[in-house]
Amino acid sequence: MKPVVLRAAYVPLVDAAPLIVAEAMGFAAAEGLQLDLVAAPSWSAARDMLILGQVDAAHLLSPIPVAGALGLGGVRAELAAVSVLSVNGDVIGVSRRIEERLRADGFAFDLNDAPATARALARAAPGGRLRMGVPFPFSMHRILLDLWARGTALADIAFDIRTVPPPLMRRALADDEIDAFCVGEPWGSVAVESGVGALVLAGRAIWAFAPEKVLAMRRDRAEDPSRNAGALMRAIWAAGRWLSRPDSRDAAAALMARRALIDVPAELIERALSGQLTILQTGQQRHVPSFVEFHAGLATFPWRSQARFIADRLAILHGLDRAEARDVGARVFRTDLYRQNLGPMGIDLPGASEKVEGAIAHPTPVASRRGGITLLPDRFFDGRIFDPALPES
Amino acid sequence: MDRPMTVIVVESHRDRALAIVDALKDADDCEVIVIGSDSGLARKIAAHDPDVVLIDVHDPSRDKIEELTLASGPLDRPVAMFVPNAASALARAAVEAGVSAYVVDGMAPERLRPILEVAIARFQVMRQMRAELEQTRRALEERKIIDRAKGLLMKSRGIGEDEAYALLRKTAMDQNRRLADVAQALITAAELLS
Repeated sequence: MKPVVLRAAYVPLVDAAPLIVAEAMGFAAAEGLQLDLVAAPSWSAARDMLILGQVDAAHLLSPIPVAGALGLGGVRAELAAVSVLSVNGDVIGVSRRIEERLRADGFAFDLNDAPATARALARAAPGGRLRMGVPFPFSMHRILLDLWARGTALADIAFDIRTVPPPLMRRALADDEIDAFCVGEPWGSVAVESGVGALVLAGRAIWAFAPEKVLAMRRDRAEDPSRNAGALMRAIWAAGRWLSRPDSRDAAAALMARRALIDVPAELIERALSGQLTILQTGQQRHVPSFVEFHAGLATFPWRSQARFIADRLAILHGLDRAEARDVGARVFRTDLYRQNLGPMGIDLPGASEKVEGAIAHPTPVASRRGGITLLPDRFFDGRIFDPALPES
Repeated sequence: MDRPMTVIVVESHRDRALAIVDALKDADDCEVIVIGSDSGLARKIAAHDPDVVLIDVHDPSRDKIEELTLASGPLDRPVAMFVPNAASALARAAVEAGVSAYVVDGMAPERLRPILEVAIARFQVMRQMRAELEQTRRALEERKIIDRAKGLLMKSRGIGEDEAYALLRKTAMDQNRRLADVAQALITAAELLS
């Protein structure tokens, strides 16, 4: 039978892997699909291509469809996040100048202590000001930085966040336009490798289980069975499971580099997949467990509480009514479509569609159909709890 | 438009930048400033305060422009996109969706300016709508505050609704303050005292 062709936009990053793997390793073909992957030059371009029907699906920053539902940015449209594509995967890095100051201050470069890193950075900030680059205004990076800056010593300095497209991050750092950055891999490793920056903190030190990218579709297409959303979701789920196996990493890294999808050496891509990061130009390494997850801990389940949390943070950042934003935003993550399309495969699914975010300190079994689901730690650095049932948590 | 239009073109390719400048210059009455997409984008755009920003749809810096031109951002400005001929379907779809102007590459110079003007006009309409929406939202919120303050007065002074409203109004006029501000002050004071 002739495969159905679906067009999918992605932005060249390590966490586009499920789409790339689904096509290259035959998971799409097994569902009767052929994925036509379209590299988007920017997040706004990927979003607009999806909204305008140029592509059927897109790899998007998890806050983009939520922001769209809140009427923020660009064309207003109803997008559905049908699966989470990846959890975690961001790094925070600094310029060489800041790195020198941190080193002189005895900083440990542990990657895992958000308050200590904030204190050290506040001391190292030139003239009490830190210019920080993030890829997009509606991004997990932006939300993580906001949480971190409000709750630490960074609140006492001028913390100036600006948008810098990931491929230009290295150059912005080299040109002294920014002092630091929060970016997805491989761009943090690229900054280290080219000698302009050092890594100081993993994103998951701020929120240990942050939904980073989603598989987004236009709502009308996601809900229309003739548009093959189900087949695409199953192919992506299988690709994520394959990616989660340690012995897939070499192949995955080679694949992404070989196809010139991400224009960097395979070795840099593998760092993110394994969580074994080189943090300084001199070669010191740190291991970050769960640096990026494509499958473990039910990573792809689009918890409505995650969308609710994202909407709440966007509402704070953009001065919207928080209660209303949370309700509108929660509807963007489609646990219903996830259950409907993946349930018949026989995979185990949780009983609930929302959870208290930030409450899990150790891997924890949860109520599910077959009792086989273990959730991974999802703590916030400040111990906050986001309870979707409470109005102001 | 009868005043000169200021256009910023974000363009790293020199040849294409020159072609755009020529096209717009021919249309006269247009100040065109070309800036590279690499460094100091925000500062340069702010310095020129343009009527419209024109950028290649394939330029990664478009995300930066999106930040600058958010309603809450420092530069609430229309943005038009350059689209290669091959993607003209995208351009059409975008224009139909009604937000950005998408300009197809290789377009005759005399057509460029009208398209930019449409982008500006459409943007002004959108901004107006946003402002009205914001106003409505604020009016609703203020009504809620005034209702609460009325309720407080009715309870603590044992007066009717009309009387409570009249009292609030009189206080506002006497103090030369807005009714909603007086109501808010009353609520705050009541919360502090309770």
